Amino acid sequence: MIDALGYTFMQNAVIVSVLGSIACGIIGTLVTVNRMSALAGSIAHASFGGLGLAYLMGFNPLIGATGFAVVSAAGIAAISSRKRTRTDTAMAAMWATGMAAGLVFIKLSGTYSADLMSWLFGSLLTVSSSDIMFAAVLDIVILLVITGLYKEFLAVSFDQEFSMLQGVPTDFIRGLFLILTALTAVLLMKITGLIMVIAMLSIPAAIAEMFAGSLWKMMILASILAAVFNLAGLSLAWILDLPPGAVIILIAAFAYVVSLIIERVKS
Amino acid sequence: MNEAIRLNCVTAGYRRGNPIIHDIDLTVPKSDFLAIMGPNGGGKTTLLKVILGLLTPWEGSVKVLGGSPEKTHPEIGYVPQVIPDESFPITVIDVVLMGRLRNSGLFGRFTRGDRKIAEMNLARLDVLDLAGEEINSLSGGQKQRVLIARALAGKPKILLLDEPVASVDHNTQESFFNLLEELNRTMTIVLVTHDVGAVSAHVKNIACINRTLMSHGETLSAEAVAKAYGCPFELVSHGDIPHRILGNGKGSKT
Repeated sequence: MIDALGYTFMQNAVIVSVLGSIACGIIGTLVTVNRMSALAGSIAHASFGGLGLAYLMGFNPLIGATGFAVVSAAGIAAISSRKRTRTDTAMAAMWATGMAAGLVFIKLSGTYSADLMSWLFGSLLTVSSSDIMFAAVLDIVILLVITGLYKEFLAVSFDQEFSMLQGVPTDFIRGLFLILTALTAVLLMKITGLIMVIAMLSIPAAIAEMFAGSLWKMMILASILAAVFNLAGLSLAWILDLPPGAVIILIAAFAYVVSLIIERVKS
Repeated sequence: MNEAIRLNCVTAGYRRGNPIIHDIDLTVPKSDFLAIMGPNGGGKTTLLKVILGLLTPWEGSVKVLGGSPEKTHPEIGYVPQVIPDESFPITVIDVVLMGRLRNSGLFGRFTRGDRKIAEMNLARLDVLDLAGEEINSLSGGQKQRVLIARALAGKPKILLLDEPVASVDHNTQESFFNLLEELNRTMTIVLVTHDVGAVSAHVKNIACINRTLMSHGETLSAEAVAKAYGCPFELVSHGDIPHRILGNGKGSKT
């Protein structure tokens, strides 16, 4: 495994794994405490439509995925701010429509299906320097937003009505949260693939929630856990010659089960 | 200006053609201690939302301290219903600091002054020793006190409480109401409850709603309660605490 670090592609994989876990831990924490993991899944799947469009029109798939993710997040925000009960339906519709559109676009473009598989199931071993840039910039943006507006994010997540009465611009905070979730989902697609983004946004945060007493501790713990899962998964996948995205998720799921047992024993 | 809250022919709801509250006229004078009662689904929470400005009425007008509810948010301390079994990771002091959000502004940090105010209010409610605890490790009654401390941290003139009795157990109810009575010396208090028995002995006025305002005054008429709840109603008095008895439409006290 150590000699594998001599390869540039492996170095890139390690860097993206670590950078990705910062975004994953912070945004995953917000997704989890707001009980929005279905939303993350729906944004990730909707972005498949953007990937298809990018292949058909011949532009960078990352831009296509990002565009669709942000538009679908904005769409969900618009629908749910007016009528909360419709959020569920909006997310389900977005989830399926994105996948369907993506499939149609890709069929029309005649793209080789291996490209497709890498987006669906992750392609940690083929990350480019532009992916690393994307991850680094996103981490910086997320860290700036969360440190600057921590008390607002905490308040809106804990009690939206009370925050509104305190003059917090709750729609703005929610919109910001959804857009950051969309961007994080696109970043995590590189690591675990869009099908498994939902797991990376919810499992580390769910484990952290069992042991952390405050939101910022939960964010840090979730980020550390995500980094451990990513690196352990990457190493194990290299040794066993398995797809890294899938191994990462299996390790995370195993850790989740162990934490559930620990929590049960403790109480 | 002696009115804390004034509702004029207010009709409101969530779905057109299906008003939850209809044509409600209600005036709450300053330093009143009012209990709004009614059966579940009778529109109590909707009425509270209208007063808070979270819900705009379809018809009629709402004035809080003479202004629109949106403008008077800083003057209202809102204590929502305690939700049991939540797993949100947040400490008691951080919950109370939420009551200082308006004063600290976007991007700002809570100052030492904000923290002092938060701690002062926790002390006032006798739960300062819980400041560092996670909110979920608290009992329902303790949570309730923390939420009241949060509302008081904004230095309100009116305190609105949603179903405050539900989470307070029987033994501590007396001290809970003593606390509210003490707060009532400096502020108007409006609480909403479906539990007629527990509150009636402690408040100054009672309003009964079930879609429309059934009665409003110092006491409740038995007929109004029966009509609102859809069944004959009997008040059980507990202990030897002087109790307000339901008058037969006249309004008598014991």
